[in-house]
Amino acid sequence: MQPILTFLSPELTDRIIAEGFTLLGETGVYIDSPGMQERLAGLGARVDSGSGRVRLPETLVERCLASAPSSFSLYDITGEETHRFGTGTVYYTPGSAALYITDEAGRRRPSTDDYIAYVTLTDTLENLASQSTAFVPADVPETISDSYRLFLSLLYGRKPVVTGTFSRGSLRIMKALQTAVRGSEAQLKLQPLCIFTCCPNTPLRWTEETIDTLVSCAGSLIPMEIISVPMCGLISPVTLTGTLIQHTAENISGIVMAQAVQPGTPLLYGCCAAVHDMRYSTTSMGSVESMMLSCGSAEIGRKLGLPTQAYITVSDAALPDIQAGVESGMGGMLAALTGISNISGPGMLDYLNSFSLEKLVMDNEICGMGLRARAGIQPRDDFPAAPLMAELFREKHLLLSEHTRAFLRDEHYFPGPVIDRRDTAARERDPALWSARARAEIERRRAAYAAPELPAGLRSRLYDLMSREAAANGLDALPVPLQRDWRHLPD
Amino acid sequence: MELLDRISAALQQGNDAAVLQYTGNAIEAGIPASDILNRGLIAGMDVIGLKFKNQEIFLPDVLLAARAMNAGMGELKPLLMKAGVKAKGKVVLGTVAGDLHDIGKNLVGIMLKGAGYEVIDLGTDVPAERFIDTAVTEDAPVIGMSALLTTTMPSMRDVTALLAGRGLNTRIKTVVGGAPLSARTAAELGADYYAGDAATAVDIVNTILS
Ligand code: B1M
Repeated sequence: MQPILTFLSPELTDRIIAEGFTLLGETGVYIDSPGMQERLAGLGARVDSGSGRVRLPETLVERCLASAPSSFSLYDITGEETHRFGTGTVYYTPGSAALYITDEAGRRRPSTDDYIAYVTLTDTLENLASQSTAFVPADVPETISDSYRLFLSLLYGRKPVVTGTFSRGSLRIMKALQTAVRGSEAQLKLQPLCIFTCCPNTPLRWTEETIDTLVSCAGSLIPMEIISVPMCGLISPVTLTGTLIQHTAENISGIVMAQAVQPGTPLLYGCCAAVHDMRYSTTSMGSVESMMLSCGSAEIGRKLGLPTQAYITVSDAALPDIQAGVESGMGGMLAALTGISNISGPGMLDYLNSFSLEKLVMDNEICGMGLRARAGIQPRDDFPAAPLMAELFREKHLLLSEHTRAFLRDEHYFPGPVIDRRDTAARERDPALWSARARAEIERRRAAYAAPELPAGLRSRLYDLMSREAAANGLDALPVPLQRDWRHLPD
Repeated sequence: MELLDRISAALQQGNDAAVLQYTGNAIEAGIPASDILNRGLIAGMDVIGLKFKNQEIFLPDVLLAARAMNAGMGELKPLLMKAGVKAKGKVVLGTVAGDLHDIGKNLVGIMLKGAGYEVIDLGTDVPAERFIDTAVTEDAPVIGMSALLTTTMPSMRDVTALLAGRGLNTRIKTVVGGAPLSARTAAELGADYYAGDAATAVDIVNTILS
């Protein structure tokens, strides 16, 4: 049996969804885009164009929810399928869009080299199924900082990418990069490579800029994660149920817009819940209540028939310390047991402001444990038990047993070297702290990285596209060389 | 308890009705408006500010106190103006062009209002000219800017450069804040002051306008 954790009773789930529908029908949602208002009015929404308030009738909401796919796949840069969302499988993905990187030297703005180190490391982390555009290199003009991250991810990485735009117009180049990888827009529709994040502006508002991205993605069937970002007690109710009602209405309004543009647009029902810590005015995502909200929202998403997403394997800690391990460990495990389809956050610290490679390798091990727990306890060759007991009495151990050899790898997950399970003597011989072990592991993995084999000329095409975009934004040369030999990496 | 202490205590409890009543009583008793303001309302707000800084109370307590302060100020304002007591000053506040994050900016606004300043909140996605034009027409000596995105942070330079270009940078001071900023980046953007949080923003405005 696959374990499943639930925070909401079936009755409460239904009540929250019904109340979300009522909010959308009566209070409505503010949509700052005349084009979208018109489109929704054409589908039966009541629009007050003066205020931008749009009331969505239940019939429209139901229709749009029905046209959103209950499952969809992602494909890596070589075209291999990596994800099947909506099938009960859970996947982990690093956190996205941090402003800073935190390492031994402290917190600083990241560079292109930091980003390449991140992509090449992530490529080797077996428990992270995708990469994300995790942080923002500060050595290129801000105007291209969103597209440049995606470019580097595609240039060096194999895994699909969770990403987003920072400003209007960025989607054009980001779409061009994806299309270049697939060869045509039609092929990109068949084999999605990226997921774009789209957030309502809590409470109950969608800005024109985000709607632009949403319309453009939907038009090309590019998958999106619709992520409401409620903050308990500040811009959403202090009660978890109250916040889930608001979150439901906000998320559904995004789903309605995407499906109104293009029925069948693949979507994840997302959540980035925070608790507003009234003592410090900070947005805690490592709080147990935020995790409960993420899990609750996934239960609601599942009830609506959608694959889900949540920002949950994150930490509020400033450094990758014990707090970071505890918060990410709790979140990563709760998410896996709840069955959240795309679990975001590994690597992320400091209220989503900073990223740490040391934490990323630690989180990779946490994710391994989460995936193991998700697989549950299964009956293998365990009935009847007597023959194995007889073997144990006879041999005094089961190390060489057929049964052990058959099931060891599936039954046991082996974390390490960040999680330390060595014996005392080994620890005395090499008393390296977890952080030193994490750093050594980063080095080892990066040395093992091999760039994916791509069709001839593809990297040059990506390079040309990005170079032109950079030049148009005042940057003559990209701070990354176009490698000739992609089997090896620059330092 | 003396009337002014009662005002201060009621304000600290966030009891706006009591603050209103005691302020009225103090006016009737002939206590000078400036004393009611400084030894009653502001004295109470100072305690609240300190307790918040020391994490003894939470944000909602500060907001309730600020609401009570405003109730008392409503009674007091005409008298203060008559007595020639100058208003504490105006601050033009907003989130810079292209940026829609307003939670931090709103908290700064709330705290400034609580400290007795008039806040002209221009909202989000505010173009450089609007910050400056408003500060000029409203005669506000401080412009406060918030940015949460690395892509929008440079817009702060547009404001500081425009202020300098118009020769207004000695008369109007800029305070900036938001997660991507630091004291160093703020200086690079030409800002006069950087505040890491809302309470520091109030301290800085106090310094500028003292
Ligand atoms: C005048 O003087 C002063 C003085 C002090 C000042 C000051 C001014 N302003 C602030 N301060 C200071 O005092 C305040 C109180 O102590 C503090 O204010 P803060 O604002 O820092 O703190 C607040 C009390 C709480 N903090 C916040 O409210 C911000 C939290 C985070 C999670 C955040 C939120 C909530 C949101 N977001 Co946004 N968002 C993030 C944020 C990550 C983070 N932790 O900062 C950040 C900033 N967002 C980001 C992104 C990517 C985006 N967001 C976007 C949207 C949103 C929401 C709408 C969902 C929501 C904002 C809702 C709202 N009404 O404001 C998009 C952009 C929209 C736009 N054009 O602005 C979008 C692009 C996402 C997308 N793809 O759609 C990232 C920035 C990336 C970058 N490199 O710049 C980000 C770091 C999160 C992340 N890792 O992805 C101090 O900084």
